[in-house]
Amino acid sequence: MSAVLPREPGAAEIAALDAQLERTWGTGRGLWERLSTVDHKIVGRRYVITGFVFFVLAGVLALMMRTQLMQPDSELIGPDRYNQIFTMHGTTMMFLFAVPIMEAMAVYLVPLMCGTRNISFPRLNAYSYWVYLFGGIMIWVAFLLNVGPETGWFSYVPLAGPEFSPGKRTDFWAQMITFTEVAALAVAVELVATIMKQRAPGMTLSRMPLFLWSMLVTSLMIIIAMPAVMLASSFLISDRLVGTHFFNPVEGGDALLWQHLFWFFGHPEVYIIFLPALGMVSSIVTTFSRRTIFAYTLMVLALLATGVLAFGLWVHHMFATGLPRLGSSFYTAASMMIAIPSGLQIFGWIATLWDGKPRFKSPLLFVIGFIVIFVLGGLTGVMLAAVPLDLQAHDTYFVVAHFHYVLIGGAVFPLFGAFYYWFPKFTGRLLSERLGRWNFWLFFIGFNVTFFPMHILGLAGMPRRVYTYPAGLGWESLNRLSSIGALLIGVSVLLFIINVVRSLRAGDVAGDNPWEASTLEWATSSPPPPYNFMHVPVVTGREALWVPGPRQVMEGLSPSHREVLCTTVLTAEPDLRQPSAMPSSWPLWAALTTALWFIGSIFDARAVIWGSIPVAICLIGWLWPTHPEPFRERGLA
Amino acid sequence: MKPEIVGDVSSLPDAAFSHRSLIWWGVLGFILIEGTAFLLAGGSYFFLMNHTTPWPPHRVPPDLLIGSAFTALVIASELPNVWTDRVAHAERLLPTRIGLGIMTLIGLALLVLRWYEFQALNVGWDDNAYGSIVWALLALHTVHLLTDWVDTLVLTVFAFMHDLKRTHYSDVTDNCLYWHFVALAWLPIYALLYWVPRMLK
Repeated sequence: MSAVLPREPGAAEIAALDAQLERTWGTGRGLWERLSTVDHKIVGRRYVITGFVFFVLAGVLALMMRTQLMQPDSELIGPDRYNQIFTMHGTTMMFLFAVPIMEAMAVYLVPLMCGTRNISFPRLNAYSYWVYLFGGIMIWVAFLLNVGPETGWFSYVPLAGPEFSPGKRTDFWAQMITFTEVAALAVAVELVATIMKQRAPGMTLSRMPLFLWSMLVTSLMIIIAMPAVMLASSFLISDRLVGTHFFNPVEGGDALLWQHLFWFFGHPEVYIIFLPALGMVSSIVTTFSRRTIFAYTLMVLALLATGVLAFGLWVHHMFATGLPRLGSSFYTAASMMIAIPSGLQIFGWIATLWDGKPRFKSPLLFVIGFIVIFVLGGLTGVMLAAVPLDLQAHDTYFVVAHFHYVLIGGAVFPLFGAFYYWFPKFTGRLLSERLGRWNFWLFFIGFNVTFFPMHILGLAGMPRRVYTYPAGLGWESLNRLSSIGALLIGVSVLLFIINVVRSLRAGDVAGDNPWEASTLEWATSSPPPPYNFMHVPVVTGREALWVPGPRQVMEGLSPSHREVLCTTVLTAEPDLRQPSAMPSSWPLWAALTTALWFIGSIFDARAVIWGSIPVAICLIGWLWPTHPEPFRERGLA
Repeated sequence: MKPEIVGDVSSLPDAAFSHRSLIWWGVLGFILIEGTAFLLAGGSYFFLMNHTTPWPPHRVPPDLLIGSAFTALVIASELPNVWTDRVAHAERLLPTRIGLGIMTLIGLALLVLRWYEFQALNVGWDDNAYGSIVWALLALHTVHLLTDWVDTLVLTVFAFMHDLKRTHYSDVTDNCLYWHFVALAWLPIYALLYWVPRMLK
């Protein structure tokens, strides 16, 4: 390229470049090509859809539970089936929906927001999706065959141990953990590398959109938290299958070790779900109030503080286990302290909306819903952080109400807002605004009708996880109300699905940037081409697309083979043209053999050894070093 | 609106070492994940130890000889490892091949020693919680030893079959980085398995 810079590319040059990049980065229509694709957008889309399917499945289970609890002494569902249903509901929501779908949105959006052509490790990304899919299918097939897990989503020992949970049910649960955590950890590493190294030139750390910050902190939290649950579930399954004694008090083990390891993961997990949602909220609030976010630096610090404090809280799940008083006080203090960064961000969004010119479209409605519901959940959170109150409310519906307020309020509402916000980027079409409003109001009202009565039920003494209750305790009417609310939520989600199906065919065409947003994913067409950006975008301000003047870009990445631009970590200066992986079916084979390995070991412990051999073969095939293109062209290979 | 082209990146290199390369960040990510797992497994060891006196319950700690020989070899392996890292950085083909070959042989020797180390633990994994955590720590480290050995073996075979480009030299240095982790992670585990039962209880 010898042209004098700066210059404007001609129309013929753009057309030729587009054709060549399409050949280099495109995924064909054949089945094999689809299975081998490593395009982060295709993988991300699959991930989002699969996560949503699990959300609907777990939602159907919730409706079954609410139908059962609608009246006292109900015999619709027996106790054994009910145990499996509530366990599968929690397990699916936490492990197969909440974390995966947040990471899935990031898999799609982070590379676009960074202005790069693909995620850092595209094959690992494909592998991660397949592993997640196979793990989800495994546990659901087991459930449908009446071998579903039965000991709750946190599977406490000794209930989940070999003595009280015989058979294979809990083994499937423990291996489901292994599947989903492998997948989640792989994505976390990809996201960290992408955000650190592949940001567009000029996107210094202080110009990074808050969504990228939130995903960076989330990914680091995943990296530190998830090994704990993998370790715990490995200990559990080995206690169950090969006779170790980690949790067996008779031989020196300790049931509390399980709780410590589980909650060392489990509490950060809540924030792992919540922080991406905060990033989504910041994106939506900025765009729809047409103003840069208020107190950007403090918002970033609040994200970091939340990420750190989240690791100091896990014992507040264990107040009822008789821990030393001083320890409890420490965790009470930490639990209350985390309200500070959360509150700070809430004020940041309110100030942004206050000072901006808000447009109350569907995405912003869901954000407002989030603020209201999450603040209510936060308030009961501060209450539960106090040991005396926690001891009274422990294992009651008060806790069920609290965590649905924080989780649905804190994650599902922002997620739906995000669906409305980014749907045009994913598909090229806008979702219907009218159905969106119905969707929101039914969800908002249905949610409060379902879960607010649970506070009162809990204080009235109704324990969680009971398959039925006797008449005459005064719980009937509130339970009935709650079940009606659940139905409203069901209708609302159904409306959303109808909205998606209709809009895919007949929605308004979106154009590149229908909301006039400021981040880089809106600088390319909707949906984006396989190569994301024809030229490397250059960022000159915090709100990249709101900077006046023509959009600046760089040229020079090869159009004939897959290359991404790496920039320096702090200041995002162009540094390296890194080759990016070609499509490959090895990730699929590796995931299939991994599935065989994990599932085989449930039935025969020796599979831990022999099952690893096919996986190793696939990994070698996958990672076998290849010569970069120019080298091959010179015929030196 | 047409974009304005303000720069050209075609003259940038297409491979680099250390933190400039994407793979390095991937390796670092996995080191963090696995390091956390080691840390938590070590924490579990102390958690279980606090409930049991004496420790080990049958008063017989693992035999020192094999474990210490293993430790000595791991420490010694850092010399060729650092050397391999340097010659790969300098992109020197023959020394890199030699370095990789030496590291493969050392890895193999360590795996053999590890086999005997398991026999010298003086406890079964199903005897008691002490046995379970001791086996778990040793198994966890063995998994890392084995994966890095396979990785080194593949790189060695590749290096002897091909001329190497900078991107491959960069792979070699990342492999050396991972070996630092596998070697360093062993030292606290060695202390836990062999010296804590002798000195703390």
